[in-house]
Amino acid sequence: MSERNVKLEIRDMTKKYDNGDGVEHINLKIYEGEIVTLLGPSGCGKSTILRTLGGFLDTTSGDILIDGKSIIALPPEKRPTAMVFQSYNLWPHMTVYENLAFGLKLRKRPKAEIDASIQEHLALVSMTGTEKKYPGQLSGGQQQRIAIARSLMLKPAVLLLDEPFSALDAKIRQQMREELKRIQSELKITVVFVTHDQEEAMALSHRIVVMNKGVFEQVGSPTEIYDDPASKYVASFIGEMNFMDRDGKTLAVRPEDAAIVPEGEADAKGTVRMIMVLGHYVEVHVQCGEAVVKCFVDREVSDRLALGDRVGLKFEKCHMF
Amino acid sequence: MFKYLNPRRFYHAVGKKHFWEFIVLALFLLFFYGPLLNMFMLAFADTYEVPAVLPQEWGFKWWGFVLGQKSLRSSIFQSYLVAAITTVCSMVLCIPAAYAIARFKFPGRKLFMLSFLLTNAFPKLGIYTSIAILFYRYNLMGTLVGVVIIHMINSMMFMVWLPASAFRSVHRQQEEAARDVGAGPIRTFFKVTLPMATPGIAVATLYTFLGSMEEAQGTMLVGLARIKTMPVEMYGIILDYPGQAGAVFSILLLIPSVVLIFAMRKYIGPEAIAGGFKMK
Repeated sequence: MSERNVKLEIRDMTKKYDNGDGVEHINLKIYEGEIVTLLGPSGCGKSTILRTLGGFLDTTSGDILIDGKSIIALPPEKRPTAMVFQSYNLWPHMTVYENLAFGLKLRKRPKAEIDASIQEHLALVSMTGTEKKYPGQLSGGQQQRIAIARSLMLKPAVLLLDEPFSALDAKIRQQMREELKRIQSELKITVVFVTHDQEEAMALSHRIVVMNKGVFEQVGSPTEIYDDPASKYVASFIGEMNFMDRDGKTLAVRPEDAAIVPEGEADAKGTVRMIMVLGHYVEVHVQCGEAVVKCFVDREVSDRLALGDRVGLKFEKCHMF
Repeated sequence: MFKYLNPRRFYHAVGKKHFWEFIVLALFLLFFYGPLLNMFMLAFADTYEVPAVLPQEWGFKWWGFVLGQKSLRSSIFQSYLVAAITTVCSMVLCIPAAYAIARFKFPGRKLFMLSFLLTNAFPKLGIYTSIAILFYRYNLMGTLVGVVIIHMINSMMFMVWLPASAFRSVHRQQEEAARDVGAGPIRTFFKVTLPMATPGIAVATLYTFLGSMEEAQGTMLVGLARIKTMPVEMYGIILDYPGQAGAVFSILLLIPSVVLIFAMRKYIGPEAIAGGFKMK
């Protein structure tokens, strides 16, 4: 995989706001055909980075390159990027057709080409037949589909998505996620995705950048980040994690890695506090001294347990921070 | 049939609460529409002596009289001319200001917005007299330009506040999305921001036009009887002729307001106006 093309490169970029917030010395390479997610809580600087890529924010220093060419001096309309915002993407006074045609009309493309492209992209986002509707007549999810179609029609070098699904219902969100993944694998387009939803990031991305307070905590594939969190922050932000104090350090164990075993062969001992059946697996809480350890176990294990039982815990995989 | 109009019967039929509501509504309607009705009646009365309820003779005599007067006809033209010029100039001047208030944060922004209220807070006559002193120096007294300036001062508050709120209701993302697909800042303004703010701007324009149509005080003071708009002409008519002529003239003044308000009824409402007076 080493010969992959670098599509987008951020070089030592700094963006400071007047109040001192912002991001500093950001370096990131994004390869062609990759979905990279910037993940972090609100205010961590992920949207700041995305907006500098789109040209909506000036940078304090550093450079941004697409296909090896600096785009830092270009205004948004000249950049080969396309952005989909969280909401209010579409212009309510224009029909879906006019919304989609706007960009190509500016580029003076012939009408036949515009029409063909609109048909193709409406089909791509499963919205065929909505040309004459106004955005107000569409649901939130449908509006986001149109917004994505509009961005894709301009054949951007990089597609920027700024929490595009976070204003949608949970069910639609899931559906949109799958849809986006399908579209991306069909078009092989490079995507930078911003979200605060770790599940969304895990489901979508080839690589995830976990951010905290303006710095990159870890960059890696979803499995790398899940299996080998680089810091306590990453460990707590991605997935579920138990933390315990061990000789001044913190021991971190995933609930599925904490097995319930006889007390003899255990890494820790405790009392069963709670048993919750969650479908095909069972969540068991074990009180070990001060800490409550959450374990995901099979039904056959939990069936032998009762509240107040003394049990041992074996940590099949753990991390020390 | 008439026994159902007996007040006692009516009182018990609708209940105590509704009865008083009904009385209040009836009084309100009388108070509100009474003068209007009277005006319409007078306009079509050839002769009318005061103690009578209805005119002694009906007819179109005064319509003929008003429309036959050359000075009155020219005042109608003058009024529309002044109102049109005021509206256009006010749009050119105020809409960019409104956009600036809505989109840019600059020191003194709130004070700037409040300053438009001030011209409406002071007694108008005082302002006009002091303006007249300035106008004499710059030879603007009795000129069209002078009158238009006076009308614009009156309309500025509406013309800045309402469009500013309309611009604020256009989301920044919608502008950014236009930039993103390749439109420059100017094209974005004309293709996205302005069309989306049009309803608010239209309401402001309407107020400006109607306000200019009925402005009399300032026009009289600054126009020096050289610029005679309909309301100015009206003063003379009220003093010199019977009430019927005034009534006819009022109806003529009413026509543009009714037509414009009817055309824009969709956009005029408590919310549109309330939205304009938000200080953010």
